[in-house]
Amino acid sequence: MTDHTPRSLRTPLGRVRHLGSAGRGTGHFWHQRLTSVANVPLTIAVVVIIMALLGRNHAAVVQILGSTFVAITMLLFVVSSIYHMWLGMQVIIEDYVQDELWKFVTLMSNTFFSFAVGLAAAFAILKLSFGL
Amino acid sequence: MVEARTSRSSNRPLSPHLQIYRPMLTMMMSIVHRITGAALYVGMLLLVWWLTAAAAGPNAYASVQWFMETLLGRLILFGYTWALIHHMLGGIKHLIWDMGYGFGPAEREWLTVANLVGSVGLTIVLWLVGYLIMGGIR
Repeated sequence: MTDHTPRSLRTPLGRVRHLGSAGRGTGHFWHQRLTSVANVPLTIAVVVIIMALLGRNHAAVVQILGSTFVAITMLLFVVSSIYHMWLGMQVIIEDYVQDELWKFVTLMSNTFFSFAVGLAAAFAILKLSFGL
Repeated sequence: MVEARTSRSSNRPLSPHLQIYRPMLTMMMSIVHRITGAALYVGMLLLVWWLTAAAAGPNAYASVQWFMETLLGRLILFGYTWALIHHMLGGIKHLIWDMGYGFGPAEREWLTVANLVGSVGLTIVLWLVGYLIMGGIR
């Protein structure tokens, strides 16, 4: 790193530009906090919804989960919490996975898992609402 | 070059790692916040299973209900409830810290104890309400 033998006419600054920061600044940190704030009322609402569904049969559950405001609340919860857990797991992976290849694999898996789980949940809620 | 660097760095003091410190509640709760977050990540599968089963039809939903009624299902759900509430209350604590409040020696301990007591207490209250008023898992 301290080798200053000139091999290229490019300056050190020119070499590192666009390689370091992803250009997002504090976006990751901020989105983690933004979704955490959103998750507080949404989690309470979802816990209330689930408590209200205890002991009910399938038909009643479908009717309640598919009703407009419950479905919107569930959708908001799913989007906010899954984005939150996607960001959170990324931090955990970056902290503990040292090997470069493993880091790529686990970071990609994290994204795949989050999108798959999120889209499955969103599809289920929409299907319950539209009664297909 | 390499030899010079290693001999120089071997004389440097090492940064103290976790095992140097006496375990404290705040640091224990710090890692518990991360562990509950990771658990909720996996636990999201349970919520999605429940939602997709409800969307798929009565038969799929019946299998979810059957699993939730087993001892294992109830234990997982109980743990899920606690992890969710603990992570939520811990998140509120972290938001307070993010704003720069609650860093005093007494305040940070108080917040951390409230986090733990609150999560255990609320979980028990929710399950009592679930069983006594709502008729439990069915």
